[in-house]
Amino acid sequence: MTPLLSVQCVSKSYGSHIGCADVSFDLYPGEVMGIVGESGSGKSTLLNCMAGHLPPDAGAVYFDTRANGPRDTVCMSEPERRMLSRTDWAFVHQHARDGLRMGVSAGGNVGERLMAVGAQNYGDVRAKATDWLTRVEIAVDRIDDRPTTFSGGMQQRLQIARNLVTGPRLIFMDEPTGGLDVSVQARLLDLMRGLVRDMGLSAVIVTHDLAVVRLLADRLMVMKSGRVVEAGLTDQVLDDPQHAYSQLLVSSVLQV
Amino acid sequence: MTPDPASQHDQSLHNYNFAYLDEQTKRMIRRAILKGLAIPGYQVPFASREMPMPYGWGTGGVQVSAAILTPEDTFKVIDQGADDTTNAVSIRSFFERTAGVVTTTKTAESSVIQTRHRIPEEPLTDDQILVYQVPIPEPLRFLEPRESETRKMHELEDYGLMHVKLYEDIARHGHIATSYAYPVKVEARYVMDPSPIPKFDNPKLSDCPAIQLFGAGREQRIYALPPFTQVISLDFEDHPFQPSKADHPCGLCGAQNAYLDEVIVDDAGGRMFVCSDTDYCETRLAECNQVKEDT
Repeated sequence: MTPLLSVQCVSKSYGSHIGCADVSFDLYPGEVMGIVGESGSGKSTLLNCMAGHLPPDAGAVYFDTRANGPRDTVCMSEPERRMLSRTDWAFVHQHARDGLRMGVSAGGNVGERLMAVGAQNYGDVRAKATDWLTRVEIAVDRIDDRPTTFSGGMQQRLQIARNLVTGPRLIFMDEPTGGLDVSVQARLLDLMRGLVRDMGLSAVIVTHDLAVVRLLADRLMVMKSGRVVEAGLTDQVLDDPQHAYSQLLVSSVLQV
Repeated sequence: MTPDPASQHDQSLHNYNFAYLDEQTKRMIRRAILKGLAIPGYQVPFASREMPMPYGWGTGGVQVSAAILTPEDTFKVIDQGADDTTNAVSIRSFFERTAGVVTTTKTAESSVIQTRHRIPEEPLTDDQILVYQVPIPEPLRFLEPRESETRKMHELEDYGLMHVKLYEDIARHGHIATSYAYPVKVEARYVMDPSPIPKFDNPKLSDCPAIQLFGAGREQRIYALPPFTQVISLDFEDHPFQPSKADHPCGLCGAQNAYLDEVIVDDAGGRMFVCSDTDYCETRLAECNQVKEDT
């Protein structure tokens, strides 16, 4: 089976400071990969390199495109990469404000990707937006309200709807539950787990919350100072951490 | 001996180049215009000069006009369709004094027309140039504030956002409520702001025999439509573009298909609708009177 996403020796440094160094992994269709590590360990840098937001200094990111098979997205032309990020990819930001258009209604936010890939029929866009709002548990009568009037959890769910409306195959998530209170986090995780399973999505989730990866991720990578120090099945890494840093990370979680 | 004020005034005018701008500036502007004509709808940056009028009064249009005027031209200025409002009168007298060109209010007699927010009702011909004053040339500006991002969107033809604006209109008002500065797509490539002309005028942009030039002074952009360019107003399949106007005939000349201004005539709520294109209205009235005299 061809991996959906194959990351090969990706490195990115900011001057003399290392962002991430020599990271390689394969992600297969339907698989969820978690990336954990402390702040500044290069998780987000890696994610941005994979999603085409940052050009890596070295390495390749192969994505299995629908039309042409595996293509290196680093060498791709900008229009092709944008097309991918509007159709086959999704990116969920930590702060919903970064991923939403706050001046545009919820329906417009969800419809934007559809219209960007050429939807020209208002009725269709509206119907799809309504459908997706229901799927992320936002009341349909809020469709014409702006995201500024939404709570944090709703904004995050709206961001997810906006990203999934074009039926992507790969979703990048940067701390999707950061800044939400625990009960809202739980609902959001439940929702995401459902969506990922139903749509057969592959996902890369960056987080520092071990509970999130325990629930969502099949495999786990632990990063420290820009390098991957440990990788393996989620339960294996969390229950039997080998590297000193992984052990520290696991033992730092408060047991209530 | 002190020179008399009149001759001193004449002398100071002689110090100006033809049509106010110096030749190097005109050359720079003409290059921008040529580039704009070569890439219809593309916004060409240019080094906009300080003009002796405030921004928002047509500094972009004036610079474009100054760069293309020749001494043989006949110049007309319209402001919201009218030849007799402050903006139109002052720009007309500006070029009368600095270029000495013949000015007119007749659309048919003019070779260069500078316009603020209207296209004349009378069809333009292939020996005319229409110069638009543009306040904000970027159609995506209110949706995406970053210039670097909007340029990239034009580069990559990433125009989904434009439809988001129209979507918002329909969601809020039940129809596309944008009534002026209605976004258009030029030759299936660039999305362009046609300047704040009413959307009633949008169909006239397309396949026009005249050259159409757009100048934005504060934003330092020039763009252009060469003759017979295809210009399509954006819309949805189930909410097609509709050029709209007040549903009345003109109160003065009775024109059925001209764009109308609403004029309040008394304090009791009385109002009338008259042609916004004053030259068109006057010409029709004169023709009417002529017919009456003849019979």
